Amino acid sequence: MDKYIEMIRIRFLMMLAYRTNYYTGILIYSINIGAYYFLWSAIYGEKDAIEGMSVIQMSTYVAVAWMARAFYFNNIDREMAAEIKEGKVAVELIRPYNYLGMKTMQGLGEGIFRLFFFSVPGMVIVSFIFPLQFSADWTTWIFFAVSIILSFFINTQINLLTGITTFFLFNNTGLIRAKRVVIDLFSGLLIPISFFPLWAQDVLKFLPFQGISYVPSMIFTNSFSNNEAIQAIIMQGIWVLILIIPIQVLWIIAKKQLIIQGG
Amino acid sequence: MNDAITVRNLKKEFKAYSSRSGLKGAFRDLLTRNYKIVPAVNNISFQVKQGEMVGYIGENGAGKSTTIKMLTGILTPTTGEVIVNGMNPHKDREKFVSTIGVVFGQRSQLWWDIAVQESFRLLKKVYKVSDEQYDSHMAHVIRTLDIEPLLDKPVRKLSLGQRMRCELAAALIHNPPLLFLDEPTIGLDVLVKLKIREFLKEINEKYNTTILLTTHDLSDIEALCERVVMLDEGKIIYDGALKSLKEKWGEGKEIEFQFLEDVTLNDLNRITASSEVKWEKDEKEAIFTAFAEDNDELISLLIAKVVADLKVKDINIKETSTEEIIRNIYDRGIS
Ligand SMILES: Nc1ncnc2c1ncn2[C@@H]1O[C@H](COP(=O)(O)OP(=O)(O)O)[C@@H](O)[C@H]1O
Ligand SMILES: [Mg+2]
Repeated sequence: MDKYIEMIRIRFLMMLAYRTNYYTGILIYSINIGAYYFLWSAIYGEKDAIEGMSVIQMSTYVAVAWMARAFYFNNIDREMAAEIKEGKVAVELIRPYNYLGMKTMQGLGEGIFRLFFFSVPGMVIVSFIFPLQFSADWTTWIFFAVSIILSFFINTQINLLTGITTFFLFNNTGLIRAKRVVIDLFSGLLIPISFFPLWAQDVLKFLPFQGISYVPSMIFTNSFSNNEAIQAIIMQGIWVLILIIPIQVLWIIAKKQLIIQGG
Repeated sequence: MNDAITVRNLKKEFKAYSSRSGLKGAFRDLLTRNYKIVPAVNNISFQVKQGEMVGYIGENGAGKSTTIKMLTGILTPTTGEVIVNGMNPHKDREKFVSTIGVVFGQRSQLWWDIAVQESFRLLKKVYKVSDEQYDSHMAHVIRTLDIEPLLDKPVRKLSLGQRMRCELAAALIHNPPLLFLDEPTIGLDVLVKLKIREFLKEINEKYNTTILLTTHDLSDIEALCERVVMLDEGKIIYDGALKSLKEKWGEGKEIEFQFLEDVTLNDLNRITASSEVKWEKDEKEAIFTAFAEDNDELISLLIAKVVADLKVKDINIKETSTEEIIRNIYDRGIS
C-alpha cells in the first residue's frame, strides 16, 4: 500500500512543478461557470423553479459540477495511450506493482492537488461573484464527500478502459475525444439529467455516466432527499464494482498480445 | 539451482504488416492487412550461471532486445521455455520482477519531471527496501557512480551520461541478483563508459550479481565479459569464451617491419625459412608485413631472426581486433 500512497505524493509533486498552468485553469473554469450562470438565469426568467430546482440551486449546481470536475477529471487515458505507443509501458511491466492501480493513484494525486489548489479556492472566488447556496446540514457534506470519491473512481475506470483500447486499436485519439464529450454531456455536467427528456433519462439510468457529475452535484445542492441520495450513492458503488470486470478482462487480453514498440 | 537463466528452444514471432500500393490497396488494407510472420528470435537455447557476466551481441535487428523482453517477462514467447531466477517470468510477475534489475539504454525509467531522489524514494517503496538496506547499499552505489550532486535535479535537466548513471543506480535499488542491460552505454562518452564498466565489475564481485549485457560496442564486452553469446537473425551462432572466439577466428598476428637498408621479399623468406611465415610488401611505403600464427614464442623467434640479420627502423605488432573477428564471422558465416 505504501507504494501506492508514495505514487500519489509523486504525482502531487509533479503537479506542483507545473502549478502555473492552474492559474489560467481557474480563470477558464470561472468563465465557464459564469457563462452557464447567465444562460440559466435567462432560461429561468421569472420562473421560481424548473424541474424542482430553484435558480439559486441551479447556479450552485453549475458551480459545484465544474469544481467537482476538477477533482475527478484526469488525462490518464491519454497518458496510457502515449505510454503504450512509445513503448514506455515495457518499463511499467518490470515493476512489482499493478500498472492500472498505479495509474489510478496518479489520477488521485492529480485530483487531490486540484481539489486543494483549484476547486476549493475556485469555489470561494465563485461564491463571491454569484449567489450560491451551501448546505448547513453536515449529512449533505458527508454524502457529497462519499459521492465525489465514487465519481472519481467511475470516471477513472472509464479512462482506464479507454486507455487499454490503445493495445487493440492502431489509433484511439478519436475515441478518447469522443469519450470526453460523452461524459461531459451524459454525466450531467452541462445539463442536469432531470432536464433531459424522459426517455433519455430512462436510458441514462442504465449507464454509469450520471454517477460522475449529476449525483454529487444534486447531493450538494440538496436537490435529493436523503433517501434518494443514499440510493444514488449505492448505484455509484455498484457501477464501480461492475466496471472492474471489463477492465480486468481487457487487461489480461492486452498483456497476452502485448507488443512493445521500439528497441 | 545455481542457473540464473535457462532458455530452451525459445522462439518469438512477430507479424510484420505490409501496405498494399495505391488507393485501392489502402481500402483493402482497411479490411484485411497483409502480413508476414517474422521470427525475431528463432529457437535459441542457453544457460547463464549465477555470477556470470555474459555479453549478448549481434547486429541491429538480430533479436537481442526481443530476447531480453522475454527474459524479463515483458513479452510472451511464441514457443519455448524460459526460467529466470528459478521462476517463469509470466507467472507470479510481481515476485519475479523484484528479483531482477533492468536498464534499457534507449528508454528512461525515471520520472521525467521530478528530482532523481524522488524517483529513488518511490522505487525504494515499490521494492520494499528497508532503510538499513537502502542506506548501506545505495550509499555505496551513489558514491561509486558519483551521482550525489545530481540527486536533487529533475531528470529532464540531466545529460545523457548523467542520466544513464542514475538509471543504473535506480535499477539496483533492490540489489537484484540478476541485472539485464540493453545497450547501456549507447551514445555515452568514454569516461562515463569507463565509470559504468568499473562499477559493473565491482557489483559483480561484491554481490556475485549475474549480468546479461547487450551492446554493439565490443569494447564493453571485452572489458567485462568472459563469455559471449552471438546472435544472428534470431539464431545463436556462437556461445562460448571470448578468448576462444579470438583464438579460433583471429587471423593470427601481423608484424610490420620497416628497414634502414634495401631489403627484398626473397631476403626475408630466406631468413625466416624455418618458420611458417608469409611475407607481404607494401611497395609504396616500403613496409614489410609478416603474417604469423598468434603464438608468442613463434613471434619472438621471428623478430629475433629478422633483427639479427637486418637493420630495423620500426616494428609494429598488430592483433586482429575483436571487432574485425566479428565482422569476419558475420561476413563469412561461422562454419
Ligand atoms: N513489435 C515488433 N513488431 C514487429 N517486428 C518487431 C517488433 N519488435 C522487433 N521486431 C523485429 O524483430 C527483429 C529483432 O528486433 P530486436 O530484438 O529489437 O533486435 P536488436 O535488439 O538485436 O537490435 C527485428 O527484425 C525487428 O524488426
Ligand atoms: Mg535492441
